[in-house]
Amino acid sequence: MNNRRTVLACIDGSAFSDAVADYAGWIARRVDAPVTLLHNIEHGHSADSNLSGNLTPGEREELLEELTELESRRSKILIEQGRRMLDSAYQRLLDSGVTKPALLQRHGSLVDSLIEMEEEIRVLVVGVRGESHGREASVLGTQLEPVIRAMHRPVLVVNRDFQRIPERLMIAYDGSEAASKGLDMLTLSPLYRGMECHLVHVGENSSRDQDILAEGVAILKQAGLEVTGSNLTGDVEEALLQYQQSHNIDLIVMGAFGHSRLREILFGSRTLSILSNARIPLLLLR
Amino acid sequence: MLLHSTKADWFGNIRGDLLAGIVVALALIPEAIAFSIIAGVDPKVGLYASFCISVIIAFVGGRPGMITAATGAMALLMVTLVKNHGLEYLLAATLLTGVLQIVAGYLKLGNLMSFVSKSVVTGFVNALAILIFMAQLPELTNVTWHVYAMTAVGLGIIYLFPLIPLIGKSIPSPLVCIVVLTVVAVMAGIDIRNVGDMGDLPDTLPIFLWPDVPLNLETLMIILPYAVSLTVVGLLESMMTATIVDDLTDSNSDKNRECKGQGIANIGAGLLGGMAGCAMIGQSVINVKSGGRGRLSTLAAGVFLIVMVVFLGPWLSLIPMAALVAVMIMVAIGTFSWRSVTDMKQHPLSTNIVMVVTVVVVVATHNLAYGVLAGVLLAALFFANKVSHFMYVTSELDEAAATRTYQVVGQVFFNSADKFIDQFDFKEVLSKVVIDLNRAHFWDISAVASLDKVVIKFRREGADVELIGLNEASSTIIDRFGVHDKPEEIDKVLGGH
Repeated sequence: MNNRRTVLACIDGSAFSDAVADYAGWIARRVDAPVTLLHNIEHGHSADSNLSGNLTPGEREELLEELTELESRRSKILIEQGRRMLDSAYQRLLDSGVTKPALLQRHGSLVDSLIEMEEEIRVLVVGVRGESHGREASVLGTQLEPVIRAMHRPVLVVNRDFQRIPERLMIAYDGSEAASKGLDMLTLSPLYRGMECHLVHVGENSSRDQDILAEGVAILKQAGLEVTGSNLTGDVEEALLQYQQSHNIDLIVMGAFGHSRLREILFGSRTLSILSNARIPLLLLR
Repeated sequence: MLLHSTKADWFGNIRGDLLAGIVVALALIPEAIAFSIIAGVDPKVGLYASFCISVIIAFVGGRPGMITAATGAMALLMVTLVKNHGLEYLLAATLLTGVLQIVAGYLKLGNLMSFVSKSVVTGFVNALAILIFMAQLPELTNVTWHVYAMTAVGLGIIYLFPLIPLIGKSIPSPLVCIVVLTVVAVMAGIDIRNVGDMGDLPDTLPIFLWPDVPLNLETLMIILPYAVSLTVVGLLESMMTATIVDDLTDSNSDKNRECKGQGIANIGAGLLGGMAGCAMIGQSVINVKSGGRGRLSTLAAGVFLIVMVVFLGPWLSLIPMAALVAVMIMVAIGTFSWRSVTDMKQHPLSTNIVMVVTVVVVVATHNLAYGVLAGVLLAALFFANKVSHFMYVTSELDEAAATRTYQVVGQVFFNSADKFIDQFDFKEVLSKVVIDLNRAHFWDISAVASLDKVVIKFRREGADVELIGLNEASSTIIDRFGVHDKPEEIDKVLGGH
């Protein structure tokens, strides 16, 4: 059973690490997949500032030794810290009833580690911000966007504590090919069974919009999911967030970065702006 | 993606990169002037080159944090071109160098660096240091005692100033050396050569200039040999420097992108009145030591350099050459791998010979490419010789049947082919000879030819010859080793079949 794809939770000691572990545990129990806890050791720059600007005999060798010494000490501390974080997350998962989560530590950038492991990942669970950002800041972690872009797996972005088992999910649906694929993925996964699905389409509520929505609702109904469809109007982001609040939604499911890079550079990315404003976890389907 | 770079490449280390950029710019100015003088052009040619190349490579280079500018290795190759044909031909050669380097990048010639062994790299670095030192000697011959005194004081400042607590590690000592010696020379009114005597300094930002040469075959024939040398040396030093920076920063670089980047940077330099350049070992080490890691450090070095040069122009011309010589001697001493000399006792003789030959050939020809070529060839010969020892033949006689079975084990190729033939006793009277090749590897046609020879000789002596496992033994001859790049395939070929 070792070759089953795993729910990968990124633990980094940020305020969301516990929540990341909890959500990963929830998904793992629902879809009956193993959990892997990953702590990634980023190698920062050694903040050494010897500005003497001269080259002594044997400078290269000495510098190499000096930097190696410095980084080795720092790495050892980071490994130790990471191990403690992993142990605490491990315990959390065991308590919640997950069997034997795997623990993993990797060196290098998070994106690189994830790309290497992509084949083994079923769902990726990450916190919205890393440990270098405060908890309340409404900024996104600097690694989040590259991670989401690099992954071709569902990514659950965690931005609050695990308060209760999610019961209501909202699916943002625009009728595009990518969104239909997302719906197909949804119907195949056991994760959403028994949850109350809200399929939401934002448009002008024209007959075309209604057709799109009806089509989406039909797909989900056919798969045996309990689904409510709603046509919303107005600004996409605002409408979605308002709906989420008024219906007490626990989880948003949507596609990510559907538009071209150029369009995003010019108009900003919708995914990013929803990510930074949503108060509840988002599951991004890639 | 030639312009692709991550945010971390640029802004991962802003403070460190900016500070390091200033330190590097201060060190680049004397070097660019010194290398211009080596090449026989005005100091502004080297200064413009260093500015353009640093700025462009910050965007297109494959090794963030590596310093690229006008270098001594390249300057030495231009001497005769400048002397015989003038600056315009140098600019044209610089453009052509850029084009050739871009082509090399697309042909992925960066991968060829794997043929350059460690001892060749060491030889290259040592030879470079010696050439930089030797280039300072004209400034130290036929001069008054003032020059010697100033150079000695300059070196004293460079090495001792950093030992002063607090300020020693926050002010670049080469800068202190230059400022102190300039002030002394001006105040005391000592009549010695200064930078102003060596040619024009920049007074404006560089401007776009198409080299003023006739666009014909004759021009191409003049510049092509120089451009090829510049291309090879530039890429060699850049690849080696990239490896050094990789090691120091414990990160990877894209060598083929660096080749293309060097080409683009040289084209930029050629169009803005600069000479060809490449990555600099000493400066890159200074950059890393000062805390520079990202692309920003390279960009900052270029921008600070041009700002300082344009605004301090009148002052620059007052710098005594003795101060530059002191800085360059420091660069030579710092670039030289002193450990390679002490390590010679432990290293095998063949390694030492490769290193020394590389150095000697470079010093004799003033062309680093020839030294590397000699070093690589020599290293390959030594390797072939070593591998040829990995071959032996055992045999067993079945007296009743007058049959001898030879078993060949190991590597048979051009260098071990004669040794292979010598292993057989053709004088022995036999009715049958069996040659078991199951544990042998035939690497080339020489090996096959030697086997033919053995078979024919035995036949002439009247013995029947049977070969066992020839197909397996010769499967290593195929040129396209790509066929065997899976572990199980390699095992099949190398592991006793």
